[in-house]
Amino acid sequence: MIQKLLVANRGEIAARVMRTAHALGIATVAVYSDPDADAPFVRLADEAVRLPGAAPSETYLRGDLVIAAAQATGADAVHPGYGFLSENAGFARECAAAGPTFVGPSPEAIASMGSKLEAKALMEKAGVPVLPGATVDDSSDLRAIAAEIGFPVLVKAAFGGGGRGMRVVHSADELVDAVAGARREAASAFGDGTVFLERFVVDPRHVEVQILGDTHGEVVHLFERECSIQRRYQKIVEESPSPAVDDALRAELGAAAVAAGKAIGYTGAGTVEFVLDQEGRFFFLEVNTRLQVEHPVTELVTGLDLVALQLRVAEGEPLPAEVTGAVLDGHAIEVRLYAEDVPAGFLPATGTLHRFRIPDLPGVRVDTGVEDGSVVSPHYDPMLAKVIAHGRTRAEAARTLARALQRAEIHGVTTNRDLLVDVLREPEFLAGRTDTGYLTRHADLVGGDGRAGDHRHPRALAAALARQAANRSEARVLGGLPSGWRNVGGMPQRVAYTLGEETLEVAYAFRRSGLDVTVDGEPLAVRLLGATPEAVELEVDGVRRRYTVHRVPGWSFVDGPDGSAALAEVPRFADPNAVAHAGSLLAPMPGGVVRVLAGPGDTVAAGQALVVLEAMKMEHTVAAPVDGVVGEVRVGPGDQVETGQVLAVVEEPAEEEAS
Amino acid sequence: MPVLKSLLDVSSETYASNRKAQLEVIDQLNEQLELAIAGGGERYVQRHRDRGKLPVRERLELLLDPDSPFLELSPLAAWGTEFTVGASVLTGIGVVSGVECVVIGHDPTVRGGAMNPYSLRKTLRALEIARINRLPVINLVESGGADLPTQADLFVPAGRIFHELTELSSSAIPTIALVFGNSTAGGAYVPGMCDYAVLVDRQAKVFLGGPPLVKMATGEESDDESLGGAEMHSRISGLSDYFATDERDAIRLGREIMSRINWHKLGPAPAANPQPPRYDPEEILGILPPEAKIPFDPREVLARTVDGSDFDEYKPLYGTSLVTGWASIHGYPVGVLANHRGVLFSEEAKKASEFILLANQTDTPLIFLQNTTGYMVGKDYEQGGIIKDGAKMINAVTNSRVPHLTINMASSFGAGNYGMSGRAYDPRLMFAWPGAKLAVMGAAQLAGVMSIVGRASAASQGRPFDEEADAARTRAIEQQIEAESHSFFVTAKLYDDGIVDPRDTRTVLGLSLSAVHSQTVAGRRGFGVFRM
Repeated sequence: MIQKLLVANRGEIAARVMRTAHALGIATVAVYSDPDADAPFVRLADEAVRLPGAAPSETYLRGDLVIAAAQATGADAVHPGYGFLSENAGFARECAAAGPTFVGPSPEAIASMGSKLEAKALMEKAGVPVLPGATVDDSSDLRAIAAEIGFPVLVKAAFGGGGRGMRVVHSADELVDAVAGARREAASAFGDGTVFLERFVVDPRHVEVQILGDTHGEVVHLFERECSIQRRYQKIVEESPSPAVDDALRAELGAAAVAAGKAIGYTGAGTVEFVLDQEGRFFFLEVNTRLQVEHPVTELVTGLDLVALQLRVAEGEPLPAEVTGAVLDGHAIEVRLYAEDVPAGFLPATGTLHRFRIPDLPGVRVDTGVEDGSVVSPHYDPMLAKVIAHGRTRAEAARTLARALQRAEIHGVTTNRDLLVDVLREPEFLAGRTDTGYLTRHADLVGGDGRAGDHRHPRALAAALARQAANRSEARVLGGLPSGWRNVGGMPQRVAYTLGEETLEVAYAFRRSGLDVTVDGEPLAVRLLGATPEAVELEVDGVRRRYTVHRVPGWSFVDGPDGSAALAEVPRFADPNAVAHAGSLLAPMPGGVVRVLAGPGDTVAAGQALVVLEAMKMEHTVAAPVDGVVGEVRVGPGDQVETGQVLAVVEEPAEEEAS
Repeated sequence: MPVLKSLLDVSSETYASNRKAQLEVIDQLNEQLELAIAGGGERYVQRHRDRGKLPVRERLELLLDPDSPFLELSPLAAWGTEFTVGASVLTGIGVVSGVECVVIGHDPTVRGGAMNPYSLRKTLRALEIARINRLPVINLVESGGADLPTQADLFVPAGRIFHELTELSSSAIPTIALVFGNSTAGGAYVPGMCDYAVLVDRQAKVFLGGPPLVKMATGEESDDESLGGAEMHSRISGLSDYFATDERDAIRLGREIMSRINWHKLGPAPAANPQPPRYDPEEILGILPPEAKIPFDPREVLARTVDGSDFDEYKPLYGTSLVTGWASIHGYPVGVLANHRGVLFSEEAKKASEFILLANQTDTPLIFLQNTTGYMVGKDYEQGGIIKDGAKMINAVTNSRVPHLTINMASSFGAGNYGMSGRAYDPRLMFAWPGAKLAVMGAAQLAGVMSIVGRASAASQGRPFDEEADAARTRAIEQQIEAESHSFFVTAKLYDDGIVDPRDTRTVLGLSLSAVHSQTVAGRRGFGVFRM
């Protein structure tokens, strides 16, 4: 029996594993990096051990430190969660050698699936359908290999998952660069730069099967999940069952998955991933020898606790009857709420999460590693939470989930919430026509804030009136007098906000006849029903709406039935110290400098890459804003930069120099 | 809790017609206020903007704390004169960085912000209000100096501005000058005498003599910037304490300065969470009769003015022509003296005297609501000692040391004006409702008196009395006095601090009470309360 479990992970999954452990009576130990020192999962654990540093390679990827932590705390088992050490056969072996039980499959099973190439060969032998492909190294003849596979070709890391380092290549010319880039990212993320080429199936569905094996030779499947809606190869919407899978196909998929599991003597929870093409044929993709991010959808439709089952299997128990006889109940959909700027190309976002509240609706589950006040740092995956809804039907689950997201209060960090809500309400999604090309087809959903425009004036007004109420209640003198009272003229009060790219100036005056409002000079016919520093109730066009307003210095976060807005207050007076040099290249996001491609004095063309940043495991190129000469470069490789930091300055040549 | 019970019938015809008449008067007021707001008019405002400058009212709005109230003073100064309504200067009481202060802003769109005799009186009154109530002063400076054709009425008394500024400073009341433009010759002493001076780059011109005058005086060639620019005064002369890059920056600096003056009000704080009146202040318009001749019950006004309509009346059965009692307004305790039936008899005078002494004993500010035709005349009253009793009241008002706030609701005639703390009795602030009249006596009475005197004089000299000429003269005099009694005429001469909408009375008093509590609130000591 496990008495104390060390969770070698962070964020929502660490918390999720600990909750189950506690429910089973098992004590928990957290390990944490420096940026995570105040994270909720650390507080949730009974004990915690610091892993000094921030980068995963210094902290959560350090198997030796994790085992030392287990020994220091007397933990008799280690749960690796997903990512980090979860699919590291070496770590599983070291655990076995050092004492604590590794909650997962055998090191051999991990190793056999760790190399995608080996895994594929193994599966092919076991009779599981596979896609043509090949592993490449520095000496490979990439053109020849690709020709054999046929374009388009997918380049991806042989080790690790999560889409990092993945690239689709349509022609031989792009291949060399793509492979080099993928190798670099793979080496950085997983410590192994081996990459893999494979036939790329255009717009397939991504269907995976949950399997569970025990140490007594039993392997069962817990039905499929569909995770086709992806951005940058990252899943964002996952569900179970798949709308594209009928009972017959489910049985086929299940049988193939169980065969795969048995072929490697699988124990614990694992996932066999397939691609399902437009014709309904499926091909083996890979086995994830760990708990999957999207495991909650399976839990909701089966009523099982997969973490509890993992722990029981690790304790040597056989699979219970509720697993071997599991049935599907209703439909569950999960969305991954990411801190990211969708219209800007899913750029990771950082910042302080001033408020994080998701309404507690029946059937809705929230797995999160953040709370009010959490800082979203650039060091790790930007996923804030998984929000999962269970319904009798798919449509019901989608409706509940959309409402939970729409009425959520997520303040301080840009998220993909609007995109998720739009997807959940989009007819093609609701008809079950999902595949990996879904977001490409629905670029309008990604494009940004056409929707935000509808009610931005009332929201800006709500922010202004809440600010007004706060100003009155906080006033040291004359706080009880009518707001903005004037005996002559009655100039309106003015406050401006920026909402994305747009600036909105709100002017309002309380008059005997009521509230007088203009937004950007346009009159807004509105009746004010109440304003406090936290909430404003307005009637516009006969419709009464209540907006909650959360104010933190510089920002007003407005949530209403018609959507949310993060409004940055334009200061009344300019900060005398804020002057940006024209032609400055600013870091678009926090991250580390990988390469500097130009030096002072170099002549550069607009659009030419000057600095390459790595953030969130992705490389971002910062290009020259104008034609000109590099005046100065303020950063070098290895530097950490913050958003808005000046990286380099490009000077436009003066007229006479140009002629 | 003696709560006033209103007997006002808001569905009555009288109410409707009273209200209609008052709304007309208020419209006339607003029409005149629009002239003050317009300043130098569209053309000059546009020219000012084209120079990248903000009109004075926009400077003010940027200066004040967001959503805070502002009480503008004497907006109709110079009304009915050759000068622009408002007298090219804006004054008032507002809140800057949490501090109540007096703001004095030149309107450079009116003859370059030049000062005429009315601007001077308005400015001096604002400085006086600052001094007696202990309110810091912020000057928004941009003035071409004296309106030279009127220098004879201006030059000597204008020296008082600098006297007041430095006296404020010596009383530990900070003064600030934000200089947006011209501040030359005598005007240069405004930043010179203020505790803090902020000069706007390439706009401020602070010098005793400009380039032409320097050329005339000494032959020296010079320019504005080297004689008085912000850069020069910030780097070389040191007259400027803060260099502002533009107008907004100057206002920002002014707000910063105010946030650092470590300000504490000396008067007691108001009670928290005062209740609003139980009756709607809007209804005050229906109380006021269209003619001063018809009295009205001031309790109906108080029921719409004081906290919770809670009014504890003093001597309600004695001297009933004057209502006295205790209440609070926006949490500040006050004593109220309000004329009921116009005339002050001996009883009213004695009741008022005692009440004023009581207020001084308890350090309670006094509110005077005037609607008086003066002290009673006639044999019985003279023989009854009305002069002595009136003198008691005027004595009490004069020597009272608690703050007085006076509002002329409808009429303020004769010595009643004095007894009810009129202008000459130094109320801290004094306002009038737009329909109010003020004069030594009513126009008809005055004209009638003149006629009687004329007739008597003719009779005594044995001259025939020209009835027709007398009627014409009487009419002319009546018209003249009527015009001079008009609230616009009175306020134009700075005999009060402004005309206010009757519905704003509670707000005006609340703001005024808060302002006067910047200063110590203490009554006169030395004698007990005389029972008269």
